[in-house]
Amino acid sequence: MATGDLALGQEQGAIKARARIINDFSINVATVNGSGSQSANSVLLKSIFGMGIPVSGKNLFPSNIAGLPTWYTIRASKDGYVARTRDAEILVALNAETAKQDIEALPTGGVAIYEESQNLKQYRDDVACYPVPFDKITAAVCSEAKLRKLVRNMVYVGVLAQLLSIDLTVVEGGLRKQFAKKQKVFELNFGAVKAGFEYAQEKLPKQDPFMLEAMDETAGKIIIDGNAAAGMGAVFAGVTVVAWYPITPSTSLIEATTDLLKKFRVTPEGKATFAVVQAEDELAAIGMVLGAGWGGARSMTSTSGPGISLMAEFAGLGYFAEIPGVIFDVQRTGPSTGMPTRTSQADLLSTAFLSHGDTKHVVLLPGSVKECFEFGYAAFDLSERLQTPVFVLTDLDLGMNNWMSEQFDYPDKPLDRGKVLTAEDLQRLGSFARYRDVDGDAIGWRTLPGTRHPKAAYFTRGSGHNDAAGYTEKPHEYVALMERLARKFENARKLVPAPVVVKDGSSKVGFLAYGTTDFALRESRDQLKKENDVDVDYMRIRAYPFAHEIHDFVASHERVYVVEQDRDAQLASLLKLDLPAEQVVKLRSILHYNGLPIDARTITEEFVTKEGL
Amino acid sequence: MATTTPTATPGPKLNHIGLPVIEYRGGKSTLCAGCGHNAISERIIDAMFEMGVEPERMMKMSGIGCSSKSPAYFMSRSHSFNSVHGRMPSVSTGAHLANHQLQMLGVSGDGDTASIGVGQFVHLMRRNLPMIYIIEDNGVYGLTKGQFSATADLGSKLKTGIINDLPAIDTCALAIQLGATFVGRSFSGDKKQLLAMLKAAISHKGTVMLDVISPCVTFNDHEGSTKSYKFMQEFDEPINEVGFVASFEDIAVDYNSGEIYDVEMHDGSSLRLRKLHEDYDPTDKANAVRTLMEAEEKNEVLTGVFYINTEKPTFTDLLNLVDEPLSTLPESMTRPPKEALDRLMSSLQ
Ligand SMILES: Cc1ncc(C[n+]2csc(CCOP(=O)(O)OP(=O)(O)O)c2C)c(N)n1
Ligand code: SF4
Ligand SMILES: [Mg+2]
Repeated sequence: MATGDLALGQEQGAIKARARIINDFSINVATVNGSGSQSANSVLLKSIFGMGIPVSGKNLFPSNIAGLPTWYTIRASKDGYVARTRDAEILVALNAETAKQDIEALPTGGVAIYEESQNLKQYRDDVACYPVPFDKITAAVCSEAKLRKLVRNMVYVGVLAQLLSIDLTVVEGGLRKQFAKKQKVFELNFGAVKAGFEYAQEKLPKQDPFMLEAMDETAGKIIIDGNAAAGMGAVFAGVTVVAWYPITPSTSLIEATTDLLKKFRVTPEGKATFAVVQAEDELAAIGMVLGAGWGGARSMTSTSGPGISLMAEFAGLGYFAEIPGVIFDVQRTGPSTGMPTRTSQADLLSTAFLSHGDTKHVVLLPGSVKECFEFGYAAFDLSERLQTPVFVLTDLDLGMNNWMSEQFDYPDKPLDRGKVLTAEDLQRLGSFARYRDVDGDAIGWRTLPGTRHPKAAYFTRGSGHNDAAGYTEKPHEYVALMERLARKFENARKLVPAPVVVKDGSSKVGFLAYGTTDFALRESRDQLKKENDVDVDYMRIRAYPFAHEIHDFVASHERVYVVEQDRDAQLASLLKLDLPAEQVVKLRSILHYNGLPIDARTITEEFVTKEGL
Repeated sequence: MATTTPTATPGPKLNHIGLPVIEYRGGKSTLCAGCGHNAISERIIDAMFEMGVEPERMMKMSGIGCSSKSPAYFMSRSHSFNSVHGRMPSVSTGAHLANHQLQMLGVSGDGDTASIGVGQFVHLMRRNLPMIYIIEDNGVYGLTKGQFSATADLGSKLKTGIINDLPAIDTCALAIQLGATFVGRSFSGDKKQLLAMLKAAISHKGTVMLDVISPCVTFNDHEGSTKSYKFMQEFDEPINEVGFVASFEDIAVDYNSGEIYDVEMHDGSSLRLRKLHEDYDPTDKANAVRTLMEAEEKNEVLTGVFYINTEKPTFTDLLNLVDEPLSTLPESMTRPPKEALDRLMSSLQ
């Protein structure tokens, strides 16, 4: 890789000349929400991606419609790291209200691009400053005053393109794709990009070390957010009934699902092979899901913490009466309304045990957009196979941010619709008992309403029932049922996605984590190797109930650090309930729960302290 | 003569799909003897039998309460879902979407509907989901031993002497206003009226909401109750006399009498409403609600068919679903092909 020295401008005396930094930094764009900066940020992200450089983007937005501060960070990483970093080196300060705070947060040697009139330079003499007359440039390329607010954002794309050496033809291609059917809009926007580029070329001599250089690391890859990926998974699972109630950060999952259903699931006669219902609340949404699951449809809902809380009673009915249904929970911070636009992993315990009584649920834990897709369809198979609600737990970070990914593979197995008896089966069998364990797998056979056989019907209830689905209050029948349900759950350990062994070498210490923690943890492991010369084993958990391999992993290490994004060490707690007593004492926790995605440095520092390295 | 001729024992009466009434029965009721809910179960059995409903093509739904237990006591050959308290509407909505070819009858209580379940109730009415929704209305929570429900009338008295000082929710007025397309009230003790209404309900496409006064003999059948047998016998005021002629019955219907309001039902049957109140037009929504409110002021319990609309599209119509049940669509119709995923993948590069 070409590195060299760069002479800095006279006025930037505080910044020492140093090596160029190529493809390894973050850009933070500070704006106000509602100003339409998403298109510009997306073009920027996709342009870096288009140059073959691994990249990720994160939107840090307020729970508000317009006028409050919002930040978008883009991380380019030649090593492929996609976690949040604590500091972004490059700031585009377009929000006057936070500008001072934003520039003060820059690391020494950073870069600030800002509206000329703001004179942010007064606050820092140790960063490279690039004042830009955004309004003037915008006015020159956009005659319509009311469009200027939007077009203005494209000017910083142009400025950055020039300063960081982003290939303009890639930007042009990205813009063309974004405004595919709107030539005028494209021209206007690209005009603004070029104007910014030219301004920077003429007026802003390079004073900082940050550069982008084409790589070949993104060929064949895609960019997608986790919600869109999960929705795609549901559609490729053949979902037929979707019931939901709007809530950030889950809404876009349903929107993506609905768009794809409209695209792929309308017959040539114009009829829908699906129903999407915006329910009156989450109680109704989960009720519809269970009604549909009982009726034999593949049904789903998607929500976040507050909705999960409302679904509690129904979740227990689904578990006890053994009804399939898929519930996506895109976690945000709680308790209560919490910080609706911030991320968290604090719903693990409440989903695993959602409802009263001895209820427990199968919970899938995707750790990438690709797994959002894969678990998105696997959840339906599992739910119908196990005849129980299945939760898919993602979070705001995974769900609402854009991630680079390998392409998704088409499901390699046909749908598994579980154990369902038809009228012909009943003809042969004479009769059946809904909850009888005839196969020894703790799963009974069910029939669907509408099955034309006099013995097809059974009575579904959330009250005590025997194996013929009859009402019971007999102690031994209740115990038999509860034990069978426990056996079924036990068997699920082998059916849910197995954990991924990232490394299982000879280290005495190990890491366990799930979901988005993985991104930071991988980077942290590399930091530990490089800086402390320790190579820590790591297993990524992908579902509850825990597979036996997780027990083995704990058993074969002296200490195991459970890294997660919640205050109460929920994953560690769940593991403690599962592990034998002598293993429980091995667990340690590294926790992060400020609403921002966990970063590698936090893990590394805590690990180093706790291990006394 | 020494030979005996076998006397043909007459078989049980069969309905027009060839089933005897016993095929419409359910398990033995565990409700109190004399409970209005039992009488309603009997009428449901009669109506289903007489209408020749195929039991396997009916779904029975309920919430929680004495009333919600009753689906166990009729039509054992139909799938049944006894769900959670107050949430029968959402479960029914899901079940219907899974298989919209089936018919659905739901039994709820006044507590299940008007107290804990009023949120889901109003939205079901609003959607005009095809189902028969019966409230077995006794003005109290039977199963939790007799507390007032939200349909208890102002001034009515519990056995303990407690007086209800809140106004009742009129579920019929509410249902009409919100969009249900067949709304009526009956009384568990009025066999003829209830049977005719249930038969008409089976013929209707859309939400049928029937509030059936059903005395709780254990907790609300005393002096001072407005949901007792005695009170109903005294204050039941039919607004129309309900007659019903099924499409398969060979009875000529005279459409011209000014006394009778004839409604042609979706399946070709005929609902005949003999006017008992002057010029009551059951297709006039605003008038129906007004009439109910006026009756309440006069302390009358109006019964009969208050409102009917056979034109309004149902929720299913609005969703534009394929004719087949969604539950059993083959994989080829539900999982998009590989090319679809390929296309998506290339658009995301
Ligand atoms: C969530 C919840 N809260 C409370 C109850 C207790 N509960 C059972 S039945 C019932 C009232 C039933 O009243 P109603 O619907 O009028 O039926 P009835 O017994 O009068 O026929 C109540 C409060 C429950 N089952 N679930
Ligand atoms: S308590 Fe009342 S409602 Fe319940 S079964 Fe007895 S009489 Fe009927
Ligand atoms: Mg009641």
